[in-house]
Parts: sequence; structure tokens; C-alpha cells
Amino acid sequence: MGPVLAGVLQLVALIAALALAHVPLGTYMAKVYSSDRHWRVERWIYRGIGADPDTEMRWPAYLRGLLAFSFVGVLFLYLLQRLQGVLPGSLGFSSIEPAQAFNTAVSFVTNTNWQSYYGEQAMGHVVQTGGLAVQNFVSAAVGMAVAVALVRGFARSRSGELGNFWSDLVRGVTRILLPGAAIAAVVLVACGVIQNFSGIHEVGQFMGGSQQWNGGAVASQEAIKELGTNGGGYFNANSAHPFENPTPFTNLFEIFLLLVIPFSLTRTFGVMVGSVRQGYAILATMATLWVGFVALMMWTEFAHHEGALQIAGGAMEGKEVRFGVGSSSIFAVSTTLTSTGAVDSFHSSFTGLGGGITLLGMMLGEIAPGGTGSGLYGMLVMAVIAVFIAGLMVGRTPEYLGKKIGTREIKLAACYLLITPALVLVFTAASMALPTPPHSMLNPGAHGFSEVLYAFTSASNNNGSAFAGLNANTDWYNTTTGLAMLLGRFLPMVFVLALAGSLAEQTPVPATAGTLRTEKPLFTGLLVGAILIITGLTYFPALALGPLAEGLAA
Amino acid sequence: MNNSVTHTARLLGAALRALLLLTLVTGVIYPLALTGIAQGLFHDQANGSQITADGKVVGSSLIGQQGYSLDYFQPRPANGLGTNSVNTQYKLLLSGATNLSADNEKLIKSVEAAKARVVRENSTADYKVRPSQVPADAVTSSASGLDPDISPQYAELQVHRVAERNGLPVATVEKLVEDHTQGRTLGFMGEPRVNVLELNIALRELAARS
Repeated sequence: MGPVLAGVLQLVALIAALALAHVPLGTYMAKVYSSDRHWRVERWIYRGIGADPDTEMRWPAYLRGLLAFSFVGVLFLYLLQRLQGVLPGSLGFSSIEPAQAFNTAVSFVTNTNWQSYYGEQAMGHVVQTGGLAVQNFVSAAVGMAVAVALVRGFARSRSGELGNFWSDLVRGVTRILLPGAAIAAVVLVACGVIQNFSGIHEVGQFMGGSQQWNGGAVASQEAIKELGTNGGGYFNANSAHPFENPTPFTNLFEIFLLLVIPFSLTRTFGVMVGSVRQGYAILATMATLWVGFVALMMWTEFAHHEGALQIAGGAMEGKEVRFGVGSSSIFAVSTTLTSTGAVDSFHSSFTGLGGGITLLGMMLGEIAPGGTGSGLYGMLVMAVIAVFIAGLMVGRTPEYLGKKIGTREIKLAACYLLITPALVLVFTAASMALPTPPHSMLNPGAHGFSEVLYAFTSASNNNGSAFAGLNANTDWYNTTTGLAMLLGRFLPMVFVLALAGSLAEQTPVPATAGTLRTEKPLFTGLLVGAILIITGLTYFPALALGPLAEGLAA
Repeated sequence: MNNSVTHTARLLGAALRALLLLTLVTGVIYPLALTGIAQGLFHDQANGSQITADGKVVGSSLIGQQGYSLDYFQPRPANGLGTNSVNTQYKLLLSGATNLSADNEKLIKSVEAAKARVVRENSTADYKVRPSQVPADAVTSSASGLDPDISPQYAELQVHRVAERNGLPVATVEKLVEDHTQGRTLGFMGEPRVNVLELNIALRELAARS
């Protein structure tokens, strides 16, 4: 069997596994967020918080809870890093400098997991396990909460009530992420991912001498890193490090983990709005883009008609032998089409077009299937836009799931859509125009520009992967990517929740013969088209200066 | 005004308590319970899959090593490994890739040089390596810099050199490589590979016996 066929079979296996998992998981998640029963442990937590989980919140209250929780999260994680030097269980590692600690705290709270630090030499057990990994759970749960709030906005009428933030947050952790991560972590350990608290290991070598490596609670963190589409590696090499991702099976398993919740949430959406076919239309849109991108990536990576890769005889720079080109391509696409940003191969050394595909994946807004929660709400906002465009074409007031898309709704959706591109393009332009930020580039020419564009695309979309040659540990990049992550996470959430509130207040309009059937393949096609055209119009000039220039020159 | 300040303070208090409780669940209980399970059921894996030879630990089967003499099979280049720059009381192994782009002159030169070296080092008196035989993994750095494997083609290419330097018949070393070649998992996952450390341990035993 050739590597191309093996790559395709791995993709097919992944599709089969996701197809099997998404119905039960999606239905289960719908039950989690609809149930009026509380687990005993959840009651303890609510009592500790001092919140009544049964109080319905309108969107401003929901948003306030979310912002307060995230603000406290940033502060706590910042202090934890600043105090590392005096915390026990930190291997004697020193405290993190202020700019980097700010950047990292924001990065993990926003579900980005951009890392300007070197995991294995900078972060001790306490910060990794009690700080970073905790945000892996709760930032993912926050994303799912916002998605569920938007779904409730479509499902509910004449109330404006979106649920209870504390209940959605806690249930996301206790009923979905924690059990999922625990099972996944045991599988990973069985395959060779490490899980210990024994600090620095000094181990003999074959030719004599010794090597030192950092131990840690890697499997428990790796599991939630993928399942919560976080992506922040315990080690610098992330999921390319053999202690994070030791075998071809774990590689596919990790790709499965990072895709399974975002894809399954389409089922949750379908169940909660009372029409699973609406969920399938969204799922089909996501799957079309994802499979299309994987196919393109495999094509360019296996062809490798470029400089050093051509001379080497294969695109193996920055890739591991056990994964090869095929499954590295699947990982790279899946991590950039979700908000994960974990990597099992280094995108900077991909072909010019391959690097461009990872960039474009993020620029779509990470909606195919996107991050835990953020993928679904991003895609539903695009659906609102697509319905609006279709309405303009036939001259009708657009509606989606029985809700009118009026002036207020479309303004909110448009604001959502404009934030990220504005952040990406303004920060990239500023970095290129100022005298010192370009010094951080590793590679010359178009690729150097791509490194900067990638950094801000990744930060603003809360992805976290990098063209990692860029030296991002400077005050400029730590501060600007930190701001991009904050604004790129929370401003869109404000608009999504406002949109949800506005929808939940409406009285549903009955479907008529003139209603656009949003559960049909025609709508899926319209949605895919709208996504590609809007993204293309926004980013084409920037892409032309970077990856297209590089890829077409070869 | 006063009212909204107390309201905000109360909200932040609730948020802080929520964070601390969830930290207890996901940042203390969860990792400790998992470490217990891992250490109980999968002790070797949880501690880094260490390998011993002659009663001494010689590394991890998962972590590739550099610095093998030419008597042994060579690993992939690892030009992206970092150097311990903070917390320098340790000499930690820092994983990493080169991140060089395909059109970067530096990468082109390093691939060309690596290819020439592989050809030179592996050609013996009666076996000449052609540049077209050299597989991509032999001349490129991996993603982690710690890739424990090489492709079967690269192992095959080194057989004549290794056999000659260890005074072993070529067929014997070929058999050794074959025995240490792992196919794709279930026939389709990942790529075929040879674990360099395990192969070299077996080689040393073989050479010592003969």
C-alpha cells in the first residue's frame, strides 16, 4: 500500500468514527443542557459559588457571569505564573516575566493556547496542572455554554431567557469534558503518553552520558487539550513530541478527540431546535469544508514541488516518521479548522500552499467544525448571513428556524463577522510597518510575512498554532497577540449573546411556501459558498502577499 | 453607583469561587486520580517507556537520541532542538523543529549537505549509494527533534556500512533490520518505521555475541 492510499484510508476511518460517535454524543449533550436535574456534586459546587442554577438569565446577565468568570481566570493564571518561583511543586523553575505571563494567561483563558514559552523548561507541575490544564477544561465549557445559549435563542420564544451561565459552565465540565477526558487519558497512557509527578528524569543514553527530560501529568492534560480544542502542548513540540503522541494510533485518536465535540454539537443543535435535519445541514457544511481542505492539503504535501522538499524527495521537514505525510496533513487541517492549534508537524515547513491552507482554515473563522462551542456559534452566525443574502436575492424578509432576521439581528451578525479580520489585518499591518517587529521573522521573503500574518490570524481566531519560526516572546508580540486573543474571543461572544437574546424575544413566524428550506442541500451549498466568498474577499490580498506568492513561485 | 459596585464585587466573588472549585475538580482531583490509575496499570508507559540494556537504562524507546557513532544506525537530523535557556540549573532536552521554509536557502543547503553525507558515509568498498536512494527522512529534521524512528529505506541504506564496521555478514544485519521494522498499525495507520535505539541495542548484542 502506498502512503497516499494509507492517508486516504486514515481519513475514511476518521470519518467513520465521527459518524458513529456524533449521534449518541450530540443527543447526550442536548440532554445535559436541557435536563432540570442536578447531580449531587454539582449541587455542592453551586452552593460553593452561591448561585441558583435554576434562575433563568437574559443575555446581559449571562454575559456578565461569563466575563466575570473569564476575568478572574486571567488574573488567577497570571498570578500563578508570576508566583511560580515560590510555589512548591514547581521544580525550582523561576517565575514567568510579566509580558509573557499576561500573554499566556489570556491565551489559555480564551481557549487559544498560543505559547510564547518553551513548555518543558518554563512551566512546572503546579502551573501546568493546576493552572493551564484547568483553563483547558473551563474555557472549552465557556465556549459550549455560549453555543448552547445561542441555540436556546433559536429554540425559545417571547422570553429572552437563555439559561443559566453557572449551570451550563459546571455541567459542561462535569458531564461532558471531565468524563471524556478521563477515558481518553487512560487510552493515551496505555499507548505511551507519560503521567507522573516525578519531576526531572535523568536517564542514561546508549552511547554513554545522560539526558534530562521533564516528567509531568501529560496524559491528563493531552486528553483535554484535544477534547476541548485548546491545543497548548505540555512540551514545545506539542503533539509531535513522542511523550504526547507516541504512535500512529494515538495520532488518529487525538485528531478524533479534537473533532468529536464540534461535529457532535450540530446534533445537539438539531435536537434542541426540534429538527435534527437542520443539524444535518450544518454538519454537511462543516464536513464539506473539512474534507475539501484535507484533500487539498494531501495533494500539495504529497506533490512537494518546492526547494528543499523537492531536493529531499518528500515533505518530511518538520514531520515525524511514524505519522508520515498523510496523517500529518489530516492533523494540520483539523487543528486549524477547529480552534485547537495543537500540531503533530510544523506548519512553517509545509509547502507554500500547504501553509496557506492552514492559514485559510483559520481565516474561515474556525467553523468547520470549529472549536468546542465556538465552531457552532460561528457557523450559525454564518448561516444567518447566508439566509440574509438569499433573502436579498428574492426580496423577502429573511428568516431562519422561524425567527426573523431583521435589522438588529443582521447588524449583530455583521459586527461579529468584522471583528476578527479587523484584528488580524490591523495588527499584521502595524507589525510590518513598525521598525522592530519584523526582526522576529526567521525566514526571509514571503514566508517571513506569512509568519506574522499567521501569528495574528491564529491569535485573533483563538487557534494557537504558529509558523513557529517567529520569535514571539518579545514585548510587542506578547502584548499585541494577547490583545488580539482577548478581543477576538470576547467581542464576538458579546454579539452572539446579544443576537441570542434578540432571537429569544421573538414570536416565531410560521413557515410558508416562500420560506427558504434551511435543512436542504441547496442551503448547505449556499452556506459553503457564502463562507468561501466572504473569507476570500476579506483575506485574498494578504494571502497573495504570503503563502500564494511562496507557493506559486515554486 | 454604590449599588453597581457591590453587585460587581459579588459577581466577581462568585466567579472566583467557581474557578477555585473547578480547579479543585479538574486541576487536583482529576490529574491525581489519573496518575494513580496510570502508575497502577501502566507503570512503564506512565514513566517514559524506559529501556534497559545490560542492566542499565539507556534511554526511552520513544525518545530519539543523537550522537551514535558510525558503527551504529544513524537517526534523523535534529537541527531544531533547543538549548536550555531559562532555569539553566537543568540541562533539559528541548523538543523543537527548524521551522525553516522550503524556499529558505539555509534549509536547501542543509538538505543538500545531509544528502551528500548520507551518500558518503554509507558507501563502502563494494556498495555505492546513489543520491536517488536517499529517503526524505534521512535528510530532514523531524517535528520534535526527538523522532525515535527512521524509515525502513533509510535503515536499509545503512546496512552495508553497519555490517562492515561490525564485522557482520550483510544478510545478518539485513535480517536484523527486517525484524525491527514495524509496519503500519492495522495495515493503514501511520507509516512503516524502524526504532533506532531498539535496533542499535539489538545490533550491539549481536556484535558482542559473534
